[in-house]
Amino acid sequence: MTTETINESLDDSHNDDHHDHKMTGMKRWLYTTNHKDIGTLYLWFAFIMFLTGGALAMVIRIELFQPGLQIVEPDFFNQLTTVHGLIMVFGAIMPAFTGFANWMVPMMIGAPDMALPRMNNWSFWILPFAFAILLGSFFMESGAPNFGWTFYAPLSTTYSNGSTAFFVFAVHIMGISSIMGAINIVVTIMNLRAPGMTYMKMPLFVWTFFITAYLLIAVMPVLAGVVTMLLTDTYFGTSFFDAAGGGDPVMFQHIFWFFGHPEVYIMILPAFGIVSTIIPAFSRKKLFGYSSMVYATSSIALLSFIVWAHHMFTTGMPLFGELFFMYCTMLIAVPTGVKVFNWVATMWRGSLTFETPMLFSIAFVILFTIGGFSGLMLALTPVDFQYHDTYFVVAHFHYVLVTGSLFSIYAGAYFWLPKWTGNMYNESLAKWHFWSSLISVNLLFFPMHFLGLAGMPRRIPDYALQFADFNKWVSIGGFAFGLSQLIFLAVVIKCIKGGDKAPAKPWDGAEGLEWTVASPAPYHTFSTPPKVD
Amino acid sequence: MSEGTEQEANSHEIKPSNSKVIKKLVLVVFAMFGFGFGLVPLYDVFCDITGLNGKTNTVGVAYAADGIDTSRTIKVQFITRMAKGIPWKFEPVINEISVHPGEMKFVNFYAKNQSQRDIIGQAVPSVSPGLAAGYFQKIECFCFTQQPLKAGEEVEMGLQFYVDLDLPSEITTLTLSYTLYDISGKADS
Ligand code: HEM
Ligand SMILES: [Cu+2]
Repeated sequence: MTTETINESLDDSHNDDHHDHKMTGMKRWLYTTNHKDIGTLYLWFAFIMFLTGGALAMVIRIELFQPGLQIVEPDFFNQLTTVHGLIMVFGAIMPAFTGFANWMVPMMIGAPDMALPRMNNWSFWILPFAFAILLGSFFMESGAPNFGWTFYAPLSTTYSNGSTAFFVFAVHIMGISSIMGAINIVVTIMNLRAPGMTYMKMPLFVWTFFITAYLLIAVMPVLAGVVTMLLTDTYFGTSFFDAAGGGDPVMFQHIFWFFGHPEVYIMILPAFGIVSTIIPAFSRKKLFGYSSMVYATSSIALLSFIVWAHHMFTTGMPLFGELFFMYCTMLIAVPTGVKVFNWVATMWRGSLTFETPMLFSIAFVILFTIGGFSGLMLALTPVDFQYHDTYFVVAHFHYVLVTGSLFSIYAGAYFWLPKWTGNMYNESLAKWHFWSSLISVNLLFFPMHFLGLAGMPRRIPDYALQFADFNKWVSIGGFAFGLSQLIFLAVVIKCIKGGDKAPAKPWDGAEGLEWTVASPAPYHTFSTPPKVD
Repeated sequence: MSEGTEQEANSHEIKPSNSKVIKKLVLVVFAMFGFGFGLVPLYDVFCDITGLNGKTNTVGVAYAADGIDTSRTIKVQFITRMAKGIPWKFEPVINEISVHPGEMKFVNFYAKNQSQRDIIGQAVPSVSPGLAAGYFQKIECFCFTQQPLKAGEEVEMGLQFYVDLDLPSEITTLTLSYTLYDISGKADS
């Protein structure tokens, strides 16, 4: 089926007659098969979803500002945390990276477009429907999903509030979209590289998206499978996860985390790629060890398949299992360390300048490493019994996802905005965005470590009195971080509207084919491939 | 630059090299979708072989121990739990029994449907520590079948078991727990 669609899509894919398919208004965006248009769509969609998920988080932080129940019912609180998580993972971070892939991969490898432009249009345009279903369930009788972004059975089956079907269909659509996007990336990278660009000459950015796409192709179908089992368990009388019918709820967790752990690397490998592009540019040095970075990325991806049960230490695994997953998880710290040392060594004795992309990248290196350390603490089976399901875990994954993935997205956005819009962004406003984000994000997430160590459970709308002071500060940090992101919106809008004209290569240390074309990048680039030597 | 590549970039035809990759990737997608479901039997087989998840045999076994090891005494405890929403009373008649490995024992569980409607129950056993499950042999158990009870009806249900002679020596206490589910909606028949 797929090949036929593609046959068609290539039949009328555009060639050199530029004028006849750049339609105007809404139609341009609906029908576009241009990788830059689709990249833009992904990025805007991700940002809108980010603000939506952020709004939900603001309500969560208002509720947790003081102990006691303030403004929402516990059940609605659960809906907020669930949909916040789902939106940030599937609606914000992942589409933002797909946006980067669309914009940058063809330009970086000297290809005229993605390999499968029509499918590209589809993979984007089904996404809004998925999130319309998910968000729409807030207004249904059932309410939105309330079983956590991890949707453990039996919370999502036997005890579901009736939102399971909406949830499952939304996830199916997101999954199909991701799989199509990933196939497109793999085919593009394998077949459309400019002559002379061997695999080991590809920019590291391209490598990380290549490996991420493989991870997506491997685990998104498993997610599709597990939500299908959930659906039939809830509505069609099967018993995959129902002990009464011979199933096993713990098995749900195994299948989910078999998807779930590679998924967290899907959200961080592209970040590694972005940061590995930016740090050399502003250090005016080559990346310290290119091939070690490629191998580190690959081994992280491979290892990510054998560590899933570190999310399940408290399910009563036998000792051997606990030890196996503990050691494998700690093993991942080795290639991750290779990366961190690589970035540091790249900066070492470089002629550094600190424009906003570099600031976000440096913050990434430091704060992501903090997240990696808390991850290592969680990987220690005996102490995880204490930390599991507390705010310590919340602190961990927000350090890796917010100051990790999200900061890399900001770094990349500032880095390539001149290429995308043709204008320089306002550097001082951008620095405001950076510093206010940096301070507020740490006020927001750092105290959570201590709350967790002291035993505050996650996903509960109320807490014991002794946690009150820290939660107040966390909430204040949260509001400040939320507001700071509006500065970014302002920077982007200003930059699209005008600003200093950007030269083809606005950063003197930057390397790569994307800087050989004009700014803004013409609608069609590399219709004849460049020669790479 | 080579001419071939220039043609590739502007071509209207699907490139064979593209469709080859796509076919492979789509195959991987379907294979991994299947693998997700494959994990279900794999998980069961794995737990069955290793006895990891505390599941006991689901059909009766014949008594097959070579005598009785009176030098060891194992404490077997019984606990019961009602899953949410089943209005039954369900409890062991005795809470605890001492057995020697190889010795056959018979105990009773009491159940009463305290509601006004007929209900089909299903008790699901689990042994802790999980590794002991493989050594706990049930010759006869009410949990092998469903337990239909009419409104207000009560029964005593039997369990006949023995503990294997080669039960690891560090295990001195076994807990057998039953969780009772209402499966009236799902029961086959
Ligand atoms: C050095 C690398 C890492 C290690 C050793 C590590 C380890 C762990 C462990 C053991 C847990 C389970 C904690 C528990 O539930 O008790 C966990 C949770 C989590 N980690 Fe990591 N992690 C690492 C990196 C990452 C990265 C890079 C990401 C994402 C970008 C990530 C995202 C998450 C998320 C989202 C959860 C929570 C899932 C949930 O229960 O909702 N981690 N991590
Ligand atoms: Cu994990």
